[in-house]
Formats: sequence, C-alpha cells, structure tokens
Amino acid sequence: MSNWREVKTKDRLKIPAQKMKEQAPEARVRNMQEVPLGFTPEQAIQEAQRCLQCNNAKCIEGCPVGIEIPRFLAAVADGDFAKAVAVVKETNLLPAICGRVCPQEEQCQVVCTVTKALKSIENSVGIGKLERFVADYERIHGQAVLPPIPPPTGKRIGVVGSGPAGLTVAGDLIKLGHAVTVFEALHRPGGVLVYGIPEFRLPKEIVYKEVEYLHRLGVEFRYNFVVGKTLTIEQLFADGYNAIFVGTGAGLPKFMNIPGENLCSVYSANEYLTRSNLMRAFDFPLSDTPLKASKKVAVVGGGNVAMDSARTAMRLGAEAVYIVYRRSEKEMPARLEEIHHAKEEGVIFHLLQNPTKIVGDDKGWVAGMEVQRMELGEADSSGRRRPIPMKGSEYFLDVDTVIIAIGNDPNPLIPQTTSKIRTTKWGNIVVDPQTQRTSMKGVFAGGDIVLGAATVILAMGEGRRAVKAITKYLQDDDWTGTPEPIV
Amino acid sequence: MYEILRKEDIAPRVCKYVVRAPAVARARKAGQFVIIRPKNDSERIPLTIADGDEETITLVVQEVGKTTAIMADLKEGDSLSDVCGPLGKPTHIEKVGTVVIIGGGIGIAPAHPIAQAMKVIGNRVLTILGARSQDLLIMEEEMRRASDEVIIMTDDGSYGKKGFVTHALQDLINAGNEIRQVVAIGPAIMMKMVCKVTLPLHIPTLVSLNTIMIDGTGMCGGCRVTVDGKTQFVCVDGPEFDGHQVDFDLMMRRQAMYLEQERLSYDSYVQKHRCKLTPEAEAL
Repeated sequence: MSNWREVKTKDRLKIPAQKMKEQAPEARVRNMQEVPLGFTPEQAIQEAQRCLQCNNAKCIEGCPVGIEIPRFLAAVADGDFAKAVAVVKETNLLPAICGRVCPQEEQCQVVCTVTKALKSIENSVGIGKLERFVADYERIHGQAVLPPIPPPTGKRIGVVGSGPAGLTVAGDLIKLGHAVTVFEALHRPGGVLVYGIPEFRLPKEIVYKEVEYLHRLGVEFRYNFVVGKTLTIEQLFADGYNAIFVGTGAGLPKFMNIPGENLCSVYSANEYLTRSNLMRAFDFPLSDTPLKASKKVAVVGGGNVAMDSARTAMRLGAEAVYIVYRRSEKEMPARLEEIHHAKEEGVIFHLLQNPTKIVGDDKGWVAGMEVQRMELGEADSSGRRRPIPMKGSEYFLDVDTVIIAIGNDPNPLIPQTTSKIRTTKWGNIVVDPQTQRTSMKGVFAGGDIVLGAATVILAMGEGRRAVKAITKYLQDDDWTGTPEPIV
Repeated sequence: MYEILRKEDIAPRVCKYVVRAPAVARARKAGQFVIIRPKNDSERIPLTIADGDEETITLVVQEVGKTTAIMADLKEGDSLSDVCGPLGKPTHIEKVGTVVIIGGGIGIAPAHPIAQAMKVIGNRVLTILGARSQDLLIMEEEMRRASDEVIIMTDDGSYGKKGFVTHALQDLINAGNEIRQVVAIGPAIMMKMVCKVTLPLHIPTLVSLNTIMIDGTGMCGGCRVTVDGKTQFVCVDGPEFDGHQVDFDLMMRRQAMYLEQERLSYDSYVQKHRCKLTPEAEAL
C-alpha cells in the first residue's frame, strides 16, 4: 500500500489497532521468556499507517527525548524500517529498551490525535510497539550502522553508572568526539535494566547488544569500579577527566520498619530481582546464586517493581503470590499493562491493605504476615487519596516469603565521598534543571539519583540535557548560576 | 581479569592468594573488603582484605562451598573474573593505649591489617589467635610482626594454650591490663562470646560481620543486620559495628539461609570436578 499517504483521515481511523501476539499466561508463568512477541512486518506497516501525520505533532512533545514520531512512523508505513530506526536513533540511542519499558500511555500515546478521536487509549497508535519493532528489526537483520565520529576533541569524560542515564550520556558524548569511560560497580553493564527489570519484560541480550554498540563506537567500560571507593570524583579529575556525569540511580531499598523485617526470607525487591535477573537464580542449581523455594509470597507495594517481583515469584514456582497494596488499584503507580499481565498470570491483589508485622517461626523464617485493612481519606500532597488504617481489622496472611517493594532511596555512595556535591534531605543530588549541573564544578548528574525512582526514559531525557551542558562547559569552562556547594 | 600471582596452602582447605588488583590495592584501608567472582558465571562473595601492597591484595579463603572450591582449584597464573572494591567503611584507627585484637579461625586474616594499623599509630597491640587445632592456625608469623604480644589458643590444646579466645581475654583482663579497645573477628558465636566478656566491663568492642551479600554497595540489602534495634547494611554501614549492639542470633540465622542450596551446589561441583580417587588410591 504505497499510496497510504492518500488515504483520508476518516478511513485511516478505521484501520484496526494491531494486537501484538503474547505468550499465553499459562505457558509464560513457567518460563522467563518475553511476554509480548512483537509485530510482524505487515502488522507494523499497517499500524504505522494509522498515524494521521499531524502537523502539530503532540506526540513529539509527549516524548521526554523528543523523537520525531510522525517521520519515524511514515518510514515504517513505507516499509523502510532502516530509515525508521535511523530517525528514532537521532534522539534515542536505546529504542529496543524504550519500546519495551517506556510508559507510552502517559507520554506520546496519551496526547496522540488518534487516541482523542477514538476516545480510547487502547486504540492509540502503537508508537512504543513500533519503536520496539524497528529496533528489533535492525538487531536481527544485520549490524547497526556506526555513525561517523568527528576527530578526537582531546576531552575525557567519566560517566558513573551504566544504567539508562549513563548509557545515553556515553553514547551522545562519544559521537561528539570525546573520550568516554563508563564506571560500573557491578560485573555487568546496564544498571537497573539488567539487575532490576526481569528477562520476561526486557531480555538482557538486548541491553548487552546496545552496550556492545557503544563499545564499538569507542566507549570504554570499566566494571567492578565503585566511584567513591575505588577512586573518588576528586581523584578522577586529578587523573585527567574534564567532566564527570553521575548517574548512580536510586539503588538503596526502603524498608517499612515493622517488626520481623529482618527475618530470613524477607527480601527487598532489589535483592529478589537481582538474584533472579543479574545472578540468574531462576536457573539454580545450573547457576550459582540461589533464592528460597517459596510457596506463598507476599509482595508489598503497587509499582512496576512490585509487579516484576510478583511475576518473577510466579515463574520461580510459587503456589500463591499476593500483591499487598495500601491504596486501591486506581492509585497504583504500576503501568496498566503490568497490572494486567500480573492478573492474567494469577497474581492475587490484596488492595487497601498494609502489613503491620512479619511473624517468624522458631528458625527465623517467615511464618506469616499481619495485615491491616485501610480506607481512603482525603487526597495527600501527591494528589492520591491517603490510606487510613481501620482499627481492629488486622488479619493473618499465611505466607513464607515477603518481598518489600515500596521504593528506593538514592544511592548515597557519591554524596558521602564527595563533600562538594549538594543533596536534598532525601539524598537526591541537587542540580540546575536546565543543565543538570551539580554544586561541584565539572560534575553533572541525572536520572534517579536526581529524580528519585522514576522511569528509564526520564533518566535518558536528563542524560540528553546533561550532554548539551557538558558540551558547552567543555568549551567555555563556565560554571556560574549552579547550585551552591555545601559550606 | 585479576591474576593470581601467588597461591599458598596455609592450612587444610585454606589458601592464601596474592592477586593483582592495582586500583583496589591503592585505595584499600584496614577493615575493608572486596566482592569477587572467580569465574564469569560465579556468584558474588565478599572477602575481607588480609594484606596488600601497591599492586596486589592478599585474600585468605577457606573452602566451604562451591565458589570457594572453585577458588581452591585455581592455580598461580590463573585469573579471577572479578574483584570489586575496596568496599565498606575502613576501621577507625586511633591511638588509645592497649588494644586487644582477637582473630578466630579464618577471621585472623581480616584481623591482620587492623593489628598492623593499630600498631603503626602507636597502640600496644595484644593479639589473641584462636583455632580448633594447630594445623588450622593461620598467619601466626604475620600477626607476630604486627603485635606486641601474641597469645595462641587451640580448642584441643595441640598448640598454645587449650581453651577459647575468651579465656585468654579474661586472663589479660585479670592480669590488670588496661584494655581500651577490643577488635574481634571470627565466627559469629566467637564474637558474641567475646562481647559477653567485654560488655559488663564497658570495653569498646568492634566486630567485623561477614554476611551474605550480592552487590556490596547498598543496593540489595541482603546483608542487613539489626544493630541497636535498627536495620544496618553490613556492606555500606559496616562491616564493623559496636559488638555490644549487634543481634548475633538474627545474624547467624540469616547467614544460614541458603545452607541447603549451598550444599547442593558444592556436592555437585565436587562430584563433577574433583578426582574421586583418594590420594592413597591414586598413588597405586
């Protein structure tokens, strides 16, 4: 259908939204493979032709990194997938990742004209699915083409952390001719993309492929390197780095401070997911890192990490997995898709409930959890209705494992060892929002270490902004108008 | 890759490794640890640094499971896949007068750099070393060099005095030594008993905890312990804590969380990789 451009709006709106095939719930709860299977080329072309090619493309504004979505979709509609992926990569180096984990329903797709015309978010143009399709197409059909790199500028930049913010910064800076070193504390790159997000939502192979691409562009990766411990930021400057970007993420798990939280078989979601994802506990004893063989699991929390933990527990063979969340489903911060997938897979939701204590047996293992029912009161500062405990409503939930997924605080390692970097009282690094500059000259920061636990794409958006400011700073050495250092 | 420059058997199932890790070696201070993976599909385990110079760190490893068995099967010239560090807070080293350093079993290794640092700053260092028997006693010479006095205790009396490290500590106290600081590193039960001796006398007692860890940078919380009623992460808040405040019983339970799986891993490794013949049979 090469004449798709001539199809009238009225008729374009009639093209049905393409459904992506998924593994059936009963099959996928027994494996770690990805749940949605991707579009066929025919599906992708048809889906892209649903785009109305609006002149005032609202979708571009909705995208934190400003992908030129209509141009990208036009190329898909033409069947020119190579061009499509090139358009995406002008502003987003990690499309295979973002196509999978971005909350498009709150970003590009919520403002899509088709969404509005059909009054249905389910029927918006599947921008995220198409982003995934073109990125996968490129990965499967031959190597990604390397962009031309300008001659070396002689400037060296250190990037701390290889999560989404760090990878974005590294990729953009190397393309400008700078020398870039990424310092990663773990033995593998990817940060939360690898230790946090499960294989069934983001295959690790995809992340490693993206990292390999950066490596081919010339980015140097140093693993087992904990900035703040192996070398401090000051020492990196003394070693000749001209600027440092800190993207160390929100990696300090929160606990509830209720009795029994340090019993055996109480996990932070970070630990549970890291054991399964990074260390492949799902393969034990073929892999070396175990997890407890749980029968009944309670996951406390209502975000994506809680859903990931619950769905992982199902796959590891638990008989019953409960989400325990103190507000109602409407207030859940998890993506609708994740909630939907979790329910399909048999995760049971205990809403408007909150644990008050975890009870142990005589050997220190979890024997159950005391849970209190809640009701919703007035809206709080987040705009969500505040949960209020109902006195006397406590009951005993029979579980042998508890996973705490109530969020993360920023990783304190860099602020602790770099006194000139100012933080908020919650431990987030304070930056100038236009430039991502910190209070220490030459140091920029972005991603969850600044935002608190947010999303992959917002971290990348911050990275992108930092790159512009780093480029300018390397030219003019100007550091005025940035957050004041601690005296 | 981190090359093993020297490897030495120092006791049955205990080896000392000198590993090339310049970045860690230059940054490390007494009391800190590394996380290592011997192979690129191994689990991550924490090991306290026992010694070092500009280019190398020294690790002392006892074979207790699969990962340490893999370590034991490596030779000089082989490399460790990963060495990450130095991690944890360094020991607070201060001149206070008389300091008693207690090392039990494999815990003697991490006690060594602390004894060195305590002595260098001008303390009188009295060291108590404990082992089940003479052949299991490690690093005696190194500890003698780092101490003013060394007392050796063995459970079976095969070397030094018969008894536990707590007996030797009690003897030092009874002899009128004005002990300002005790540092105890060893099995959890040993540290707990040492703290029982020092608590009524209000002698500050540092213990170094060796819990299960994954990342070692505060991300997973698997290493958490209860200290003074509060949750602390051994990897970033420790590894050393005021022993009088540590809930040792809880810690011991958490340390034992995976015993069953660890045994399974170890047995299948030994079955697959170790010669099934006894040395006697092999000699025939």
